[in-house]
This record gives sequence, structure tokens and C-alpha cells, in this order.
Amino acid sequence: MSTVMDAEAPAEARVLNGTLHKFQRVNEIIDRHGKAPSNLIAILQEVQKEYRYLPEEIMTYIATVMEIHPSSVYGVATFYAQFSLEPKGKHIIKVCDGTACHVRNSQWIIDSLREHLHLKQGEHTTRDMIFTFETVACIGACALAPAMMLDGEIYGQLTPDKIKEIIDKIVAEEGE
Amino acid sequence: MSSTSSTKVDMNRAHKDYCQALKREKIRVAVCAGLGCIVNGALELYDALEAEIKAKGIYADLCYLLEDESNSGCSVVKTGCQGFCEAGALMRIEPAGLVYIHVKPEDAAEIVERTLLKGEIIERLAYKAPHSDKAVAERNEIPFYSGQKQIVLRNCGIIDPSDIRDYIAHDGYLALQKALKEMSRDEVISTVIDSGLRGRGGAGFPAGRKWAFAKAEESDTKYMVCNADEGDPGAFMDRSVLEGDPHSVIEAMAIAGYAIGANHGYIYVRAEYPLAVARLKHALKEARDNGLLGNDILGSGFDFDIKIKEGAGAFVCGEESALLASIEGKRGMPRPKPPFPAQKGLWGYPTVINNVETLASVPLVILRGAEWFSSCGVGRSTGTKTFALSGKVRNTGLVEVPMGTTLRDMIFKIGGGIRGDKRFKAVQIGGPSGGCLTEEHLDLTLDYDSLAKVGAIIGSGGLVVMDEDTCMVEMARFFMHFTQSESCGKCVPCREGTKRMLEILEKIVAGKGTMEDLELLDEVAQMVKDASLCGLGKTAPNPVLTMIKYFRDEYLAHVVDKRCPAGQCQAFKSYYIDPELCKGCGKCSRGCPAKAISGKPREAYSIDTEACLKCGACVEMCPFGAISKGDGTKSKEDNGRDG
Repeated sequence: MSTVMDAEAPAEARVLNGTLHKFQRVNEIIDRHGKAPSNLIAILQEVQKEYRYLPEEIMTYIATVMEIHPSSVYGVATFYAQFSLEPKGKHIIKVCDGTACHVRNSQWIIDSLREHLHLKQGEHTTRDMIFTFETVACIGACALAPAMMLDGEIYGQLTPDKIKEIIDKIVAEEGE
Repeated sequence: MSSTSSTKVDMNRAHKDYCQALKREKIRVAVCAGLGCIVNGALELYDALEAEIKAKGIYADLCYLLEDESNSGCSVVKTGCQGFCEAGALMRIEPAGLVYIHVKPEDAAEIVERTLLKGEIIERLAYKAPHSDKAVAERNEIPFYSGQKQIVLRNCGIIDPSDIRDYIAHDGYLALQKALKEMSRDEVISTVIDSGLRGRGGAGFPAGRKWAFAKAEESDTKYMVCNADEGDPGAFMDRSVLEGDPHSVIEAMAIAGYAIGANHGYIYVRAEYPLAVARLKHALKEARDNGLLGNDILGSGFDFDIKIKEGAGAFVCGEESALLASIEGKRGMPRPKPPFPAQKGLWGYPTVINNVETLASVPLVILRGAEWFSSCGVGRSTGTKTFALSGKVRNTGLVEVPMGTTLRDMIFKIGGGIRGDKRFKAVQIGGPSGGCLTEEHLDLTLDYDSLAKVGAIIGSGGLVVMDEDTCMVEMARFFMHFTQSESCGKCVPCREGTKRMLEILEKIVAGKGTMEDLELLDEVAQMVKDASLCGLGKTAPNPVLTMIKYFRDEYLAHVVDKRCPAGQCQAFKSYYIDPELCKGCGKCSRGCPAKAISGKPREAYSIDTEACLKCGACVEMCPFGAISKGDGTKSKEDNGRDG
């Protein structure tokens, strides 16, 4: 759809158009995986990659298209730690608090990250939606403890100084 | 399932060709591209080595070697984990059998010039034992490697996991060919039974018997599932095998599929392992392109293909029935057994589920025979076991030893002892479902049966070493926090019991525990152990029970004396500055996140204990070692003195 046409179209049509566009991506994802219920987790994973969380109306839409009950979709979305029902930040930091990292003082890393990101207890995403901070049970980088994963990349043998360097670098890039 | 019939590979011919090509490979430089080394710059090192070797005109990759029979030279490959993660970035030079550690891209030119061309050893890059200057570059003489025997990790760290030809040249897919062409389904199963191979995922159930159960079921549809949902914090052997030798798992699944009569396979892998998923996808494609998966494999008439299912972060999905529910796209909740998955598994069809490490052992069991495999190990624990050594040990990494190796050899010989020469306190074995072992167990052998006797399990093989600075009560709280948050909530004993246990442990750690709490903790733990539905709940109290048994003193110190002997628990912790040692540099004051340290320059500083967050950052920052932490009793008077 060209923007010229959008601008000329009546308001309701524009809203409808936007909604269709929104579901178009979801439709593509569902088509690629197929409607069998066993594909639900893979579909939700990909949808979350697209939106950075699972919006409620999209979960309902998925349920309708896949012909399963919305409560089943919601049940799966709330069961697995990977899924989020709230919007996540652009960069996702997963600090490992597995046994090996815990023994090598991951708490120190967690405290220092919270401080640098100005996150209060219970908060996970920064106000500017740049960072989401989570702790995870193990990322399998035990020999590098304490470790964390930032946007899928592993950082090991962390210290508060290293944390500051990593965060400052992203903040500077985002500021540009 | 993809079933495009592709060019069938003639295995005997391919194996011969690739082997001959590799004979003309004069030197192989194997750069470890396991996760630990990548973080330490292994990919940059690889690029630098490749460029240097090319510049010398001696570069020869497999394609070049295969091109003409007169081609020879030196190759450089990116391998899976070589195990010694502590010393990354690592590289191996074969056939000389050398290992270089902590290698930087800047070292590449010197390595090519001196070691590859002149055969000299660069002492600076060789391993040195603690408190020793003697450089050891020979792999077989480095204590970390010399105590090992590698069956599961045979190819990890030497082959290129992204090239199926390299796997075939190292006897890959020969076991599949042998099974399909020379063995009946029953023969395959009896070989695996006779080898004594037991499940490496935790429970230790004989793998061959599982296969026999599934084969006995009458059904047109059966499934073969690989459990790669490595959820135990502190264990990373499955990740390493999938990243370093993905074809060994694929080959084993095809062998198992043939034996039980399954045409479909699933690999259920953690989403936290993106590199493993990528390597697996690539390996599956290579196997299909070579006709080693798909229809009519190697002309045998047997069809088999594999799909990958990515988990979404739930520890309980490592449990068989929960894993199957998750593959079906449901909440990963366990169900009561029987019926066992071998009878009614995926979508109600007979299903065998084997762990990654179990499967990775299978090709050699088939190729070299049951007797060869069972000659390694002790008693009813045959073969080898891979352990992930981590925590306060000097040499962290991935280790494979014969079953029956003692804990002492593991920690002090292979692991090189405790970091900073601190005192060994305990080792947590088998993750949050396992138990802790102490000094008195150091001569215990690591095998299924001796561990069961002391209330611990091998589990998936995580070994987290703890020293005198680790508080065992805090550790128990940590494990309980983990299992409580991973409890799926289906059965009451686990859902409510783990929560109550966690509350009691939190109370003790916070310095508010009573003697009644200790008794209650023990009682609830027994109840959760006896009454829970699945393995998660049944084993959740293990860390607490073993820790109360072996470290009762520490529990009593928290409850009665209100102090933490290891000085780790926040509630009892306080920091103080020794006025004699403090030079008044102000470094701690500037670095304190709570702004709790104040003082005048060149005079002794002091800590405001009310404002102090007890983060310990100041201790690390002080150049004079003037700041120390108290364990509760000592600190009161110390702080009084400080004002």
C-alpha cells in the first residue's frame, strides 16, 4: 500500500489497514510453520522475536487461526520462561545465576547492572525501552563464570568494570 | 519431513578418499571454537592463523587435498570445545600433540614461523602448573588432559563440526552403515544392552533396555527423541557435544531409529543454545544431502529423518513426559508413569528418549563392540562420563573420565585444586537434584552405584566446587529457589512443599531461623521427596537434605549463634576499614554505590553500616587490603571500634 493511498483513505479504512498489516506478519509466521497445535511454541517464539513480546490481541488471533482455545495459547505463553506478556527493551541482558556463576558471585554482577541501568527492585525494563534485564538459570558458560548473554552474545569473567564498559558502549551507540 | 532423495554416498569409497586426503595433511591446527574460547577471541585467532599459513604458501584445506593426490600442506580448522575452558583461547597442533593456551591473534605469526615451520615449542604459550615455571606443551602431559579418556568427546576439539567429510574421515557414519547392512535390529539392541550403556541424563536407566521395550511395541508409527534440554545449572556437556560433534548424535539417532523401528526423530534442544541449534541445522542438511537421512538410507530401505524442536525455557521439560508434552506444543507438565514413553509416548505412540551424551556413545559401541565399551568403567557403570567442572576450582572446563574415577583425582589432579589455594569444602554433584559431597567423600569413586550409597547422583554431570568462602545454607537456599521457581505446579507436594522449604531457608539466611524451623525443614523435605509426582519434586530436597546432614554445624551457627561462618550471608555481613592499614586514598569512597564510605584524605575512612549495601565492591577496590568483612560475631565489635 502506498502512503499516498493511505493518506487519502478514510480513517476507518486506515485503521483496518493497519490491523491487517499487523496480522499479516503473524499470518506469514503461522503459514510457514503450519496450523498443527504442535507448532504453537515455535510460532510464539517467532512472534515474540517480531514484537519483542506477546501482545494479547495477537495471542487471541493465533488461537482463532489455529483453532485452539485462547486459554491454551495463554497457558503455554505463561508456562515457559522465554515468553513475555509485557513489552521488552531493544537490548536484552540475561545474567546467568546458575550454580557456577552464583558460586563465583553473580550477585555482584546483578547489583552492578541494576545500578547502571537505574532499575529498582522488581523493575526489568528501562524507561526508555533500551534495555531489559533478566536473570536466567544457566546459559551453559559455567567455565566463564560469572557470565551473561547480551542479545545472544556471551560475555564472561565479568566484573563491575566490564559491565560498565559494555553498557556505556551501547548507551553511546543508541545516543547517536 | 524432508524426503528428497539425494545423491547416495558410497560410504566405503567416501571414507577411503577422505582418509587418504587427510594423510596428506601434514599438520592440523585445531582452534577451539567452543563458547568459552569464542568469548576469548578464538575466531579472530583463527582468521589470523589462516592468513599467516596462507601467506607462507602451505595452506591446504580438505577441498584442496581432495583435488589432487599430490596436494599436501597444513590445515587450520575451527573445532568444538576442547574442554580446558579456563585457558581459552586454546589451540591444538596435530600430529605433534601440542596444546597452546591463552593464545592471542598477535601470536599467530610466531606460531606459524616457529612451531609449524621449525617444530619449536613456544614456552610462553604452553601450560604451566600452579607454583611452577616448567612449561608443558604436550597434551598428554598436561594433568588436565592426561587423566581423561575420551569416547563421547572423541571428535570434539579435533574435527571441523561443520564439515561432514571430516566426520566421515574420523570413522563417522560407519556405525550406521554397519548397523543397517550387517546387523539385525535385535543385534543392534543386544549390543547396546551388553555394553552396559546407561542413560547419561540423570536416571541411569540402561539405554538398550529402553530400546528393547519400544521395539516390542506393535505400532506403525514410533518416535526417536533426543533430549538436549540441558537444564541443570552447572552442566554444559550436551551443548559441547552438539556444537563440537553434531553428527555423532544424528548418526546415533538413526541407529536407534532403525533398532526400534522409528522413522521420525526429534531433537529437543534448549533455546538458550543458539550456536548448538545452528550447528545441528547445518549438520542435518549435510546428512540429508549425503543420503544419510531421508528415504532409503544407504540403500537399506530404511527411512529416517529428524526435526529440531527448540525449548522455551522450562527446567521440568528435561523430564521425559514433560518434554513430550512440550514437543506436542503444550505446557511442559509431567504425567504419572506408567504407561512409559516406550509404550505410549509422543502423540500416544511408542517413543524412546535418550540424552545427548548417551547417544554420542552409541556409534562407537556399535563400531567397536559391547566388550570394548564395557571394558572401561567399574561394575554396573560402564564406559566414560563427561563432567562439567566449575566453581572454585582452578581448571574449569569439560572433562571425560572412565566411570569410577575418584573425586580427589577429579578435583585435585584434573581440576588442579582450589583457586587461590583456599580450603576445599564441598562439591555439588548432579545439579539441583543432586547432593553435596564433602572432604570425607574425596576417595569415593564417581559411578552410579557408589554415589547412590551416599545419597547423591551423577545426574547430568555438573560438578560445582565450593571452598571455605561458600555458605552451605545460602547454597541450599539457592537450589531451593531454583527448583521452587521451576516446579510446574501440577502436584501439590512439589508446588507447596518447595515453596515452604524455600521460605524456611530464606528465614534462616536472614538470621531469623529457629530450631523448630530446622526440624520442620527436614520433615517437609522428606514429604516432598516421598510424595511428588515426577523426578523434579522427588529430587528437589536432595541438596537440602545432604547439606543438613554434612553441614549441620553451619545451620546451627545461623540459627543459634546468628552468624555465617563463611561470611557470605548478607544479614550477618558487615564491612569495616582497618584504620592501621587505610592510607586515606578515597578510592573506596568514590567507588561505593551507596555513598556509604566517608573520610578525609590521608586519614582513615569509615563505613556507615546503616547505608552500606554490603555489596563488597570496596573490598575489591582497596589497593591496601584495608577493608575486610566480618561473619556477624566479629563485625559488631569491629564496627563499634570504627564508630
